[in-house]
Order: sequence, then structure tokens, then C-alpha cells
Amino acid sequence: MPLAGIGLLSGIALGAASAGLPAADHAPEVYCQWQAQDFAIEQPLCGLVGDPARGRALAADGHGGNCLACHQMPIPEEPFHGTLGPPLHGVGGRYSAAQIRLRIVDEQQVNPMTVMPGFYRDPRLANRIASDYWGKTMLTAQQVEDLVAYLATLQ
Amino acid sequence: MTRLRLLCLVALLAAGVAAQAEPVSGYAFLDDSTRAMQDDEFENPGMVAVDRGSELFHEHREDEEYSCSSCHEKGGAKLDTEAIARYPVFNANLGGLVTLQARVNYCWEIHMDRFPLTPGHANLIALETFVRNRARGVKVNVQTDGDMAPLLARGEALYNTRFGQLDLACRHCHVQHQGQMLRGQRLSQGQANGFPEYRLGKGRITSFQQRLSECFLSFRAEPFEAGSPEADLLELYVMSRGNGLPIETPAVRF
Repeated sequence: MPLAGIGLLSGIALGAASAGLPAADHAPEVYCQWQAQDFAIEQPLCGLVGDPARGRALAADGHGGNCLACHQMPIPEEPFHGTLGPPLHGVGGRYSAAQIRLRIVDEQQVNPMTVMPGFYRDPRLANRIASDYWGKTMLTAQQVEDLVAYLATLQ
Repeated sequence: MTRLRLLCLVALLAAGVAAQAEPVSGYAFLDDSTRAMQDDEFENPGMVAVDRGSELFHEHREDEEYSCSSCHEKGGAKLDTEAIARYPVFNANLGGLVTLQARVNYCWEIHMDRFPLTPGHANLIALETFVRNRARGVKVNVQTDGDMAPLLARGEALYNTRFGQLDLACRHCHVQHQGQMLRGQRLSQGQANGFPEYRLGKGRITSFQQRLSECFLSFRAEPFEAGSPEADLLELYVMSRGNGLPIETPAVRF
């Protein structure tokens, strides 16, 4: 059952829409299309290659991926791991990189009731998004790929 | 695959319903020292707002006929604490759903002939804190039937609607994952029996609708304005979830 990420966003149009508003973490980038099949996204987002070391740093960063807010992870130097989601120890052994990619990009495609945000959902699907975040995904495509590369190493 | 997803859905819904059956105050999620701070009138920093509300309640301006205390007596002795515990209420004469703040503002404008305070105004929150504090210990008793039923259904629908960049609904944290750890913070049921409450992290008294805005901003959603129909409906639904819990105003929370 193929589920397509919807379309390509025009960076120019979105830039105009958010003109005059406070600058946010990152400017809107062109949204890369992705396709989910059998609960996985085979192709890396925008064809990018992830870096596991950057991914680990991002997972631990409260202002980055902030994975530790909800998941327990093998990152012992950080205290207070959350318990909303499943622990991610050994996740690379349970899921393929493609399956991990979909779960980061849009977990609602796997579990419609999930509390987990879609870190690379089409921003146009957001309901009543705060103006600072118009047109923006939670993570950039490169950041998602870095996380996928890191999580795949957790065997 | 579809059957598995349906089963998961049913299981999650069942867990949600079971969890909602028993309301638990945010007090139960506090550590001992914070509970002690809330319980001691002299330690509780929210009492500053009660005192400020009391000043406003008794303030008799020279050129005016009434203060609040002209009708409600000194210290609000004639306020009906059981009635306070029923807010928000349905009042057709006042246009339907009326929050406690809106009711105080009605007196302020119509009975005392003052310029109405904007929803969420610091003085209005102080007055609300003072009035609700009169009913401390009385059990929350919001009407859920009759005229209120359709409004509650709308409030519940908003409670279950995903908002913002994080695409979260209230229910995700406060029903589905209550009791679990969000980093170092234990998720409560998000009950409203302690509002307006003193927030240690913010260092100020906080009304329900201000807290709602903070939640919305945290998942990067545009908040509903104080006094908007949506904010009022959410206040109604959340308050009704805590029917039976004692009013703790001013509660102390993080």
C-alpha cells in the first residue's frame, strides 16, 4: 500500500508568507517528496547520506531531535530519559533503516494514535501551526538521515 | 496488517477510557516538599494573588456605589461556595457558557458599572483566584447534562484534536500517557481543580487558559485567545473531567 508524502513545497511562496515574522531555528527548505511502502521508506530523503555521530548528538540534544524526551536510549551521559515511547536499545536489530526512516518521518502512518510527532511530515498538514514554524518540518532531511544512520547502529 | 492496527486502536481507546474513569489531582504527582508548600498558607506563593484579589474585592472607589463586598460581604462571606464549584456554568441570560472569570467580569461591568477587564487581565485572574479560593476543598461539580451536553461534546472534540507542528492533542499526554515520564517530568492528568495555580517554573500565578496557551506553544501551535469560545470550551471540558476533585486554588505546580 503506497502512501505518498504530499508534493513539493515552494520555498519562495513560504518565504513570502512568513516575511516579517521572528526568525526560527531554520529557514524553510524545499520539502523533499518521499514514499512509504509496507511501513517503510526505502529511499533516503533527498538522496542524502546520514552521519551516525551527528545523529547521536542530535538525539541527545533537547533542542534538536530531543529523542530522550520520550525514549530511553544508550546515551548514559544524559540523565532523565523519558518513558512515553519504547526504549530504543537495539532498535537497529529490530527494524531496517527504511522502517526506522518512516517511524521518524511520520509515525502516524504506522500508529494513527501515536503521541510521536512526524519529524518530516509535510508542514502543510499541520493544524493551527504557530507562525514561527510555518512551512517548516521539525527536522531537516539531513537531520532525519543522520538519526536513521545512528539508530541503525544500535544492534 | 489492518486487523493488527485496529486491535492496537481498540486497546489504546480502552486504556484511555479506563484511565479517565478515576480523576487524580495534579497534587498526587508532586513531591512532598511542593505539597507542603501548597498546604501551608504562609508558604504558598499563590496566596499573594489571593491577597491581591481580596484587595480588589473590597476596594470601594470614592465615586462609586458598590464594591464586590457590598453584596458578597466582607471576605466574600455570602459567596455560595457550592456555586463556585459548578463553574463554568450554562446561563442562557448571559449568552450560554460562562467561566468564573466571565462571571466576575459581568459583576464588575454591570453591577459595579466599571469598565470591563480584558479576559486574562492580571486583576481578573487575581479576583478569580480570590473567589475560587473561598471554595477551597469543595468538590468540583460541573454540569454535564442538559444544555451543557452539546457544549461538552465540542470541548471534548477540541481536547482530542491534534494541533501544531508536533501534531498533538491534549489527550495524548493527559489521557494516553499520564503517569509516564516526559524527560524528567511526570505527566499528570492535566486536571484543572487547582487553577488559578502558582507555577514554580514561571514564578507567577497562572489561569487555566494561560496554561492552555503554554501547552499550545510547547507543541508549536497557535494558542486560542483567552476568553475565545474554544478556550472556554476546553476549560469546561477539562474542569468537568475533574468532577469530584477538591478545589485546591491556589495550587502549586511546576
